[in-house]
Formats: sequence, C-alpha cells, structure tokens
Amino acid sequence: MSSSVYIAGVGVISAIGNNVAENLAAFELEKPGMAEITLIDTKLHGQVPVAEVKLNNEELAAMAGFSGQNSRTTLLSLIAAREALNDASIPDLSSLRSGFVSANTVGGMDKSEDFFIEFANDNNKGKLRYVFDHECGCMTETVADELGLTDYMATISTACSSSANAIFYGVRLIKNNILDVVVAGGADSLTKFTLNGFNTLMILDKERCKPFDENREGLNLGEGAGYIVLVSDKVAKTLIKSPYCKLSGYNNSNDAYHQTASSPDGTGSYMAMTGALAKSGLQPSDIDYINLHGTGTPNNDSAEGTAVKRLFEPDYPPMSSTKSFTGHTLGASGGVEAVFSVLAIKYGLIYPNLRFKTQMNELPFAPETRFLKDQRIKNVLSNSFGFGGNCTSLIFSAT
Amino acid sequence: MKMYIRSAASISAQKTFGDVPFLTDAVEYNDTRINAIEPDYRDYIDPKQVRRMSHVIKMGVAAAKECLKHAGIEMPGGIITGTAYGCLEDTITFLTRMIELEEEMLPPTAFIQSTHNTVAAQIALMLQCHQYNNTFVHKGVSFESALLDAMMLLNEQEADNILVGGIDEMTDVSFKILTRLGLYKRKPISNLSLFQTQSNGTIGGEGAAFFLLTDKSSANNLAELTGIKTFYKPKQQQDIEGNINDFLADNSLTIQDIDLIITGRNGDVKNDAVYNNLNNSLFKECSIANYKHLCGEYPTSIAFALWLASNMVKQGIVPDIVAEDVIKNQSPKKILIYNHYQNNYHSLMLISAC
Repeated sequence: MSSSVYIAGVGVISAIGNNVAENLAAFELEKPGMAEITLIDTKLHGQVPVAEVKLNNEELAAMAGFSGQNSRTTLLSLIAAREALNDASIPDLSSLRSGFVSANTVGGMDKSEDFFIEFANDNNKGKLRYVFDHECGCMTETVADELGLTDYMATISTACSSSANAIFYGVRLIKNNILDVVVAGGADSLTKFTLNGFNTLMILDKERCKPFDENREGLNLGEGAGYIVLVSDKVAKTLIKSPYCKLSGYNNSNDAYHQTASSPDGTGSYMAMTGALAKSGLQPSDIDYINLHGTGTPNNDSAEGTAVKRLFEPDYPPMSSTKSFTGHTLGASGGVEAVFSVLAIKYGLIYPNLRFKTQMNELPFAPETRFLKDQRIKNVLSNSFGFGGNCTSLIFSAT
Repeated sequence: MKMYIRSAASISAQKTFGDVPFLTDAVEYNDTRINAIEPDYRDYIDPKQVRRMSHVIKMGVAAAKECLKHAGIEMPGGIITGTAYGCLEDTITFLTRMIELEEEMLPPTAFIQSTHNTVAAQIALMLQCHQYNNTFVHKGVSFESALLDAMMLLNEQEADNILVGGIDEMTDVSFKILTRLGLYKRKPISNLSLFQTQSNGTIGGEGAAFFLLTDKSSANNLAELTGIKTFYKPKQQQDIEGNINDFLADNSLTIQDIDLIITGRNGDVKNDAVYNNLNNSLFKECSIANYKHLCGEYPTSIAFALWLASNMVKQGIVPDIVAEDVIKNQSPKKILIYNHYQNNYHSLMLISAC
C-alpha cells in the first residue's frame, strides 16, 4: 500500500512546442505561444489571442502516424502519450499490467461543431462521422488502443483539474496493486464552443495574459496534451534509465463556493495544497518551486494567492504560472504542468512568469520572472483548480 | 477490506424513487425511448435553483440527497460520479445558440453547467462538502470507475461514507443522433415485451442512481459489494467465460454459488447473442434476471442494476418483472451482475447479502 510511485517518462505538446525538447527550448528563449486564431472559424478572430498548437489536423495526424479522421483532441493526446511511453522505454511492457488514465473536457467537440451546423437546420442532416466519437471516453479509447494500454482505461473530467486528478488516480491504481504501469495525464483541443463559453464569462484577456499581476485582465485559452508514465517500485528497478522523480503528495478538495468562481480566501486551493503536503510528509519550507494554477483571471489569482500566502507566509518559494507561455490548456493543463514540474526537478529549472510587472496589492510576494537553471529543486508543488470547485494539488519529489 | 452499500436511491423510468413498493407495478411504454419519472424536485432542491438546473443535474442532485436521507448521513466523505454523456442538454443548448446567434450575445448559464463535473459539483455546493470530488466519463464503464475509485479510497482509509452515482440523460438531440447511428429500434415497442421480439436495436433510456459506500458492517446496510471487475474487447466467447470464472475464483466462488445473475440483455439481436451463448454454457443452470426493459439502455445503466441487486438481497425478493425464466431461489444471497456495452466494455459486479 505505501510503496512509492515513480515517474519514468514524460511527453508534451503545447503552443510552445510539439515535444519535450521544444517546450524546454521555448522556456529558455522566453518565447510564449499566444498568437491570432488561425485554426478556428470564429467571430472572435482578431479579438482575443489564443495559444494554438502550431500544426493543423493533417500535420498532427501525419506526426501521430494516424490515418483516422478523429478529433484534434485525440491527435494531441496520442502524440504526447506516445512520447511519454517511448521516453520511459519500459522493458517487457507487454508482460506488465498497464493502463491509460486520460482526462479531457471537450471530447470531440471540434468535430461536433461541424456536425451541428447542418444538423441544426435539418435533424436528418449532418455527417455522422463527425459526431460518432463525441464522447470524452472516445479520445482515451482510441489512444489506449493505439498504444496497447488496454488492461484498464478511464477518462476523468473535472474541468481544469481533470488531468491532475487523472495522474493521482493513476498513482492510486498502482499503490492499490491493480496496475504496474499507468500512462496518465490529459488533452484538450481549442474549440469554438470553449472560446465562446469563456468569452461569455468575460474572463478572456484581449492581450497576452499576465498571471499574478495587479493589472491582470483574464486568461488566454490554449490547447495541448501532457502525460507522465507512472510505474511501481518493482518496475522502477527494471528501468534502463533511472526514473525522473516520484509523486509524493496529492489531494483533491472541493471549494464548494460557486459553480465557476473561487471563494475569496481560496478555501479549496488551501485544502488541496495542505492535503498534498500532509500526504507527502513535507513542510511548506520543503517546497522549492510552485507551478501555480495562475490563469491570469482576477478571481483565480486572488484566491490562489491568498491560499498560498496563508500556507507559506512568511517564506515563499519561487513560483510561476507557465500558462504565461502555453495559455490555459483546460483539461490538459494538469498533465502539461506535471511534465514541466517533473522537468524542473530533473534539470533544476524555474520557469519565468512572463509579462509580470506589478505585484498584486493584496499579496506580499511576486512570481519569478527569470528563467533559472542549475537550481536545487527537490520538491515541486503543482496546482490545478477548476469549475465546480474542483481543486487538486500534486507534489513531485526527487528520489 | 469489505465494502458495503449503506443506502441507495434511483430515479428511473419505473417507480423506483421515494417510499414505493419494490417494482410491483411495472410502467409500460410504447416507444423506442423511455424517460425517467421525475419526482417533485422542490422537495430536494431550492425552487429558485430548480428552474436553472437541467434535467440531468436535477436527477443527480435529487437521487444523491435521497440516498443520504436513507442512510441518515448529512455529510458524505467524498462524492464520485460516473456519466458517459455528461450535461448534454446544456451542451446542446449552448452549441445551438452559438450557431443560431452567430456567436453574438450568448448567455453563459448553459456553458457554465455544461461541464461533465456539474452534478458532482452541485451536490458538493449544496451540501457544502469540501471532501474528495471526482467525475469519470468513460463510455460504458464510467460508473464502474467511480465505484473502483470509492473502493480504493476506503482501502486507503482516506474516507468513509462515499457517495457514488451513475447518471446519464437522454435528450431529443442525443436520441435523434443515436437513432441515426443505429442504436435504437426503428419502430415503437412495448418495453415489457422487449425480449420477445428479436430485432436490431434497443430502447434508449436514462436515469440516476446513487449509493453510499462504507467499510463498516452494520445490520442496516443494504448489501455487500463483494467485487467489481471490467474487461475490454474480449476476442471470443471463451475469453468472456474465462473472465467471469476468474472473477468468481478471485472471490473464492464458482458459478454454482451464485443464486441469481442479472444480465444486460437489451433486445438488440447482436447485443443479446453474448448472453444467449452464456445461457447455453456457463449460465446454463443459473437463474437469470434482466433490467433494461425497465430503465432502457444507457452507458451507466449498470447503476440501476446495482440498485436492483442491493434491494433484492436486502428484501429477499425477486420482483416477477425482472425474472427471465424460473427463479430457483426467490431470496437470493449472492447476485452476479454481468453487463456489456457494445461488446467492448464488459462489467462484473458481485453483490452479497449482509
């Protein structure tokens, strides 16, 4: 029950790169991924920047080596999950109990939007091939089939904390001796549905987002996928290269305040962070870097910041929001940022919080704005908070 | 560790909700789609909120509250839901308005309530429950994963009194699309004679069933959830039988120890062939019950079957309406539920009398 779970591989695709190496290079060059909308036919074109993966569906399909005409969510998921699995190169994988736990929030909405244009006029119209795999579970199933990870599969959807929950559900499947290997994380593609949805909430910044800045005006939507390969103690011993780190703490708590807004004092965020620390047996002073949820909305950053203050005061570790590079990748964000957290430990990195100028009046701390290398990073806290009050924190620890 | 069902509540196309006799009076429909019978939601939810909530949210929240009421528990130790389709009505509302209004002046409410975790979130909000909260959305095994999650939480001693629900709604749009995809019968049929006519397609359904799970034994518990297992895309009949036998062996049982099997027969020729084969082999000597003529087919319908099984072992009754043929033991102590979803996802649950 109490055995450790190790991270043996990582894979990511986001607006700042199509693989791990490209993402790391963009951080060092301080090159964010936001730009004009190019892939979606929407009236919001020119009004809000987005962080698109810089490949169209045909290019993604070619990269994935995939012939199906599936949702963009599936393509992003397959590319990042395969990179993670290849990175782990687990000996004799087929003899192990392996599973795929993946999160997403949009499913095949990108294709369903096309279907609905014709369907809305005449319910007997609309091409069924656009809608047959709309369900969130279809993304997971297709990728699990492609990668041969079918002993167990699950899809989790808890809004913006989805992937973080997928990762720690995967850890628990190993700790409960149900599986030996789990590829866990999530994917989401940008869709007209989500763009318009967030636009109605009036939380999209018309410029590039400024997380944790006093003058922040909202978030930028992004897309991508991020996965980590979780392995048991026993499997970790058989790996050709040593594991990156372990997942030492995790907690899922609910803010129970409002369907979309966070409580002013960040109750759920505070409970998730303290719960994860308790699970890992660490003190706040042991945390070397916080990968903030940091969406850039006035509400999130205020609530999260208040919770961070309450927990860490008076000594704050370096912290930043990598959403200042990737945008908010929604259901994928916990997976994408788990990959960044793991890499922070592996290479001693702290990522810059771009475009930060003015410290928030209500907070006694500011995020790190420089790209730092060769740091001593033993423990990283990664936050993912979402609609429905779903708050999850993960702690990654060096072995 | 043992896992017990303290209480259960089900909203379905039958009279299953509230203080009602146990399926003595089956409701007949002549359609290819059957809708849940809705309670007066104002008994469970603030009337102001009822107006804003979609069908699936109301069903889920009311079933959750009724389940807690049966157990006499105000605050669960965690809330976990399984829903393949999520909040379809709100999703379709927002999508349709976005197209019709050409992305202008869209009201946000439907979008806000369209995320798959809305039901679990609304329950947490209403109860002010800050504990573990998760939502599984994986086709025909969404509810099974929610149960497995609860089972692990109990095993980890992380929580007790975990509220687990399976919820899916049918809307006019999803019914139309799924009909075009060939899931349902082409002509209306009586749900009560669903298994008499062998043709393509089944009848669509919907529902919400919630359970309160604990590892503490008590005479008040409904049933013991002895085991749960899922398997994926079996290549042939022997693989299905092998998986069922392995599952029983894992629980130190053989098929002879099972008093009753509840199967996922749904009236579709291809779907039911799997059960027909088992009836001629592994299940040959067994008493069989079915349930999808009562609630219709939907990805989390197995939650209805679990509600049914829990009540059967508690009350020591097999309602006539579920019996496929002769039931040898009218007061079953061990019930096996076997359901498959489009022959891809296969699920087994073992329910025992306490």
